[in-house]
Amino acid sequence: MSDQALIPGWEVVIGLEVHAELATVTKMFSSALNRFGGEPNTNIDPVSLGLPGSLPVLNEKAVELAIRVGLALDCVIQPSVFSRKNYFYPDMPKDFQISQYDLPINGIGSLELPDGRRIGIERAHLEEDTGKSTHVGGGGRIHEAGHSLIDYNRSGVPLIEIVSAPDMRGAEDARAYVSELRSILVAIGASDGKMEEGSMRVDCNVSVRRQGTTELGTRCEVKNINSLRSMGRAIEYEARRQVDLLESGERVQQQTRHWNEDDGRTHKLRSKEEAYDYRYFPEPDLVPVEPSEEWIAEIRAALPMLPRERRRRLADAAGVEPSDTALTVQRGMDDLAVDAIAAGADAERVLVHVENNLADGAGELTAAPFAALVAMETGGDLTATQAKTVLADLVASGGDPAAHAAAHGFEAMDTSELEALVDRIIAQHPDDWDGFVGGDDKERRKKAGFFVGQVMKATRGQADGRIVNELLAQRADGQGA
Amino acid sequence: MPEKPRLNREDVAHVADLARLALTDDELDAFTGQLADVLDHAADLEALDLDGVPPMANPLPLVNVLRLDEPEPGTRADIRAEVLDAAPSVEDGRFRVPPVLGEAP
Repeated sequence: MSDQALIPGWEVVIGLEVHAELATVTKMFSSALNRFGGEPNTNIDPVSLGLPGSLPVLNEKAVELAIRVGLALDCVIQPSVFSRKNYFYPDMPKDFQISQYDLPINGIGSLELPDGRRIGIERAHLEEDTGKSTHVGGGGRIHEAGHSLIDYNRSGVPLIEIVSAPDMRGAEDARAYVSELRSILVAIGASDGKMEEGSMRVDCNVSVRRQGTTELGTRCEVKNINSLRSMGRAIEYEARRQVDLLESGERVQQQTRHWNEDDGRTHKLRSKEEAYDYRYFPEPDLVPVEPSEEWIAEIRAALPMLPRERRRRLADAAGVEPSDTALTVQRGMDDLAVDAIAAGADAERVLVHVENNLADGAGELTAAPFAALVAMETGGDLTATQAKTVLADLVASGGDPAAHAAAHGFEAMDTSELEALVDRIIAQHPDDWDGFVGGDDKERRKKAGFFVGQVMKATRGQADGRIVNELLAQRADGQGA
Repeated sequence: MPEKPRLNREDVAHVADLARLALTDDELDAFTGQLADVLDHAADLEALDLDGVPPMANPLPLVNVLRLDEPEPGTRADIRAEVLDAAPSVEDGRFRVPPVLGEAP
């Protein structure tokens, strides 16, 4: 992707780890509520506090949602085992995190981007979230914190961690991937995907290599990314940092780095732990999960339409490429567009309206009046500008497009009336007309603009510019131009 | 049985560090020997022919022990006051802990 080659001679390689909180009612291993916000330490119980003697019992819904994610990403759904990942941190009071390690519920899969490329998925496994630490004092910056406060409401919330292959080559790819993944998670009801509330969090593994080489460079994992925008900035900063190191003859050290939104840099957090430092071992308090073929089939049958299927459906209806329908699907207006096209509306105009004139939502607009409006426009009863005005009325209050048009005084000009007017104006400006008929392309465009302007002036903007242009062309052709 | 390299002092110091244990030099010496013996004992298992025996994650003959996604009936509001009361230090309804450098892995 040439637009992503921000550093000449170098290729950026990105793999992403996305954590998404699953939309269950209760926590992963206990019946405390899984709920964002609220008073600190209210959604807690002995399990989420890691009290001695408390025992985890797996939430069936969390497994179902994880399988939905696996199916949506074309993963292999497989028998899985929970393990203990051992480390000490106060937001995790039992001193280990229950996670899936060598046997994740979802194995190899892939995600299809709107442009048709596929990004590999290495795994999508279940694990529990930790509590939330707030750093107090020292200006709120981690390394200067005076003390920390812990809220365990989030402790034990079910997470799915989706690990991509290192298949992305720049910030644009990464944004497209995360944005598509979020659409999928929301579409299948697995997560609300809100990065700003932390229910979807992205860690970026970034490495660089000389253009044309295939061996992967040493990577750094960048954490603390809170939006798609900061992800793009963090990737670009980190890639530049690594290239600078390598070009000055130094080496990249494998590290975990912290993105700082304020200074726009990544900072070393710690040298990367090796997996064996976590001393994973099978969680003795939980038994394996082996979803039956029947259960998986049932979940598959209940899956709603995925974004890629919506793009394809609209593309088929509109006779365009799936990538041309990405924005409409992203805005959730593909049902509207498909229905309007089915009701006879011109597909190209439907997509143009959705992309250019419905950025703030469809409001009260429904398919039938939308189709009627587009028919009025393509039939010459409304100009493009008038159609846009009427469309805004339909969004605001619904109703009948013809009634809105009449209320604005938009009247279709009779074509013969318009023809007579065009002829009159041509007769009044013979020199300009000669320029239009006999001039070069530039002159012709200039004079076309002049004549359309004259017609608009005479009709107070009621004429359809497209039709005026057609009439001008017809008359010029008639003179053997 | 092939001779395995014995566990060394650095390995034990590293494991102790991961477990947040501060060991004296004498303790390091003592535990290096003891841990190495434990590993030697476990290595006896390697004498068994386990070809074709699938790894077992759990000794129980059970899979799929699941609960419904339903909140506990009744209120547990008293839990909050109870655990916060038991904590050494609390601020704004949260547990107050020493400053933490870095971030959870």
